Amino acid sequence: MRVALFVTCVNDLMFPATGRAVVRVLERLGHTVEFPAAQGCCGQMHANSGYRAEALPLVRGFVETFAGYDAVVAPSGSCVAMVRESYPRLAAGDPDLAAAVDEVAPRVYELSELLVDVLGVTDVGASFPHRVTYHPTCHGLRMLRLGDRPLRLLRAVRGLDLVDLPGAEECCGFGGTFAVKNADVSAAMLADKCAAIRETGAGYVAAADNSCLAHIGGGLSRGARSGAGAPVRAVHYAEILAGLAPVDPEAER
Amino acid sequence: MTGGEPAARRGGVAEAAVATGPGGGHRGGTGNIVAPLPFPVAARRELGDAQLRANLRRATHTIRDKRLRVVGEVPDWPQLRAAGAAIKNDVLARLPELLEQFEAAATAAGATVHWARDAAEACALVTDLVRGTGSTEVVKVKSMATQEIGLNEALAEAGIAAVETDLAELIVQLADDTPSHILVPAIHYNRRQIREIFARRMPGVDLGTLTDEPAALAEAARRHLRAKFLSAKVAVSGANFAIAETGTLVVVESEGNGRMCLTLPETLISVVGVEKLLPTFRDLEVFLQLLPRSSTGERMNPYTSMWTGVTPGDGPTTLHIVLVDNGRTTTLADPVGRQALRCIRCSACLNVCPVYERVGGRAYGSVYPGPIGAILSPQLTGPEAGANRSLPYASTLCGACFDACPVRIDIPQVLVHLRQRGVDARRGRPSAERAAMRTMSWVMRDRRRYAAALRAARRGSAPLRWLTGGRGVRRLPWPLSAWTASRDAPLPAAQTFRDWWAAREGTRAAGGRRDAG
Ligand code: SF4
Repeated sequence: MRVALFVTCVNDLMFPATGRAVVRVLERLGHTVEFPAAQGCCGQMHANSGYRAEALPLVRGFVETFAGYDAVVAPSGSCVAMVRESYPRLAAGDPDLAAAVDEVAPRVYELSELLVDVLGVTDVGASFPHRVTYHPTCHGLRMLRLGDRPLRLLRAVRGLDLVDLPGAEECCGFGGTFAVKNADVSAAMLADKCAAIRETGAGYVAAADNSCLAHIGGGLSRGARSGAGAPVRAVHYAEILAGLAPVDPEAER
Repeated sequence: MTGGEPAARRGGVAEAAVATGPGGGHRGGTGNIVAPLPFPVAARRELGDAQLRANLRRATHTIRDKRLRVVGEVPDWPQLRAAGAAIKNDVLARLPELLEQFEAAATAAGATVHWARDAAEACALVTDLVRGTGSTEVVKVKSMATQEIGLNEALAEAGIAAVETDLAELIVQLADDTPSHILVPAIHYNRRQIREIFARRMPGVDLGTLTDEPAALAEAARRHLRAKFLSAKVAVSGANFAIAETGTLVVVESEGNGRMCLTLPETLISVVGVEKLLPTFRDLEVFLQLLPRSSTGERMNPYTSMWTGVTPGDGPTTLHIVLVDNGRTTTLADPVGRQALRCIRCSACLNVCPVYERVGGRAYGSVYPGPIGAILSPQLTGPEAGANRSLPYASTLCGACFDACPVRIDIPQVLVHLRQRGVDARRGRPSAERAAMRTMSWVMRDRRRYAAALRAARRGSAPLRWLTGGRGVRRLPWPLSAWTASRDAPLPAAQTFRDWWAAREGTRAAGGRRDAG
């Protein structure tokens, strides 16, 4: 199977370890991963902020870059949701683009979908002997309906102690430009999410979106600095599956 | 038919609006649906109230859990939601025709139907009607439409006292406050605070027996209202549904105060938004299942009142129905935005909304708060009214509202659509945000430009990475200071993914070790 990695722009620059993790997990399972270098941003921030005209060239770029692959995998629930859920709407009105979107979008998978549904794997042979809690990010939860796929993958990790997150389905308050445009409300939501995470006693909080994790992790580390509680490390679950998650001595309790 | 405009206008309402397109010169809605302050500013004010947040958190979580339980019991809930959406879509597609059918049926049953284009017209109509009865006091059934048009204030100006009879509305009215929730207007108060309001503001209240027990509070309200019910000559209501086929109006409630208002006074004036129509009586089957479970988390609401015109010897002898547009036909003209008119005001979207839970209803500055308010208020008024343009940004697009909505209004989709309308309307003006979006789009469109920009970002952040030991930044300059005010910021990695990939490919081509790590 020809699998292309869509690493996403945020991961490319800020969280390359997550991209490396996807490559390692899939190669370890015997698959070949390609990285089409022409890829850029899916246009989510543009489209969600109302900049459709600015998003459209990125939509075009995406479908051109990823045409012809059996599967495209991305370690981001919200970018995959953008492609599968919003691209058809954005492309409406341009029949050629709409056809190209119809062709590519259904084969774009979030990592856990590719592993569990397409490849039929839940045990990727990883080990991570730590206590972890999982935050289901909104677009993965309610747009992609990832359900328990990431949890099944994590439960199969040797030594991993997966603890429930109270109020897991509540948004962390990131919301793209919301975090800046409505910074006070975002911070209030973040504070509650961080408190719920600390309550679990986990050393790590995992999720399927590094942008939400940057927000949550930033809140947790700020909280720890100001003495609001023990440090909890935010980590993309792909890195746990790949054995690339940074083990943080401070998060070991 | 009196007041408002003749059938000629009505026949053309929806068609004309559709032909003109969104914002095509139609008059927008007015009344209590205009946010006086930008949402972030109003939200900051509300966030400072710790008591408010605790009250809201407890209340929304309680209703949320109840709703989930009773919705979970219904095996065909998805089909019911689909049916609810389909029936309402049909209503919106045939609105002019159904309105005329409703008017004819209600008139034949003895009601007088009036038409109001906006809040001012509706208030003037109702005021004149009450004046005509000679009454200076009306009892009111809880109604969003009358809140929307600001009826109580208009009546007060004309020297007519409007007495809210819904317990929560009564609390808000006595406190001289504004409602903060569609269904539970006093959700922002706890029992202790309600007792204080009653003690200070309820005429003739017996302080000896007034505790903060729910039963004691209800008893005090009952005594206060009973006198009003028995003396009132005029009642004002809204309606949850208006049946085109029969001319029937329907009010769904929990307390029974509505039933009193609808049956005891001689004159009943019902103020109804034009989108409240259902084509046939049978359609109630769907909505009487959807509404109680979504709003109060009850299987069935305690009181469902239905009335068709007047019946001699039974209930009011005079019935006026005021059909209000107030921006609805303008909203109908937008093919994406019009789904907001499917709303049955159940408030499920408020109860599940993480933003509403933190800030409460008053931050939205409109009688329609929460997710539905964020898409309805700016559409009814047009985005230029007050600070309504800020409302579509009052959401993280988490989607909890869409999941909860019994008529499947895709609120996140409409929010993004309204943001887009706002951006498009301002294309001609300079904007730092648009410039940034445009540059980013231009850079990311081209592989070389993009790679160069990534490299620059990585290099530019190298000193910071070195200074902080890669642990994240505590303070960034504006506008990113909004981020670092409450969270540390991550830094670009030492090597981008694409650089790592290129290096690995290079090594592999040279026969190097095959390693993904
Ligand atoms: S938008 Fe939907 S969930 Fe919200 S109040 Fe209206 S009907 Fe209820």
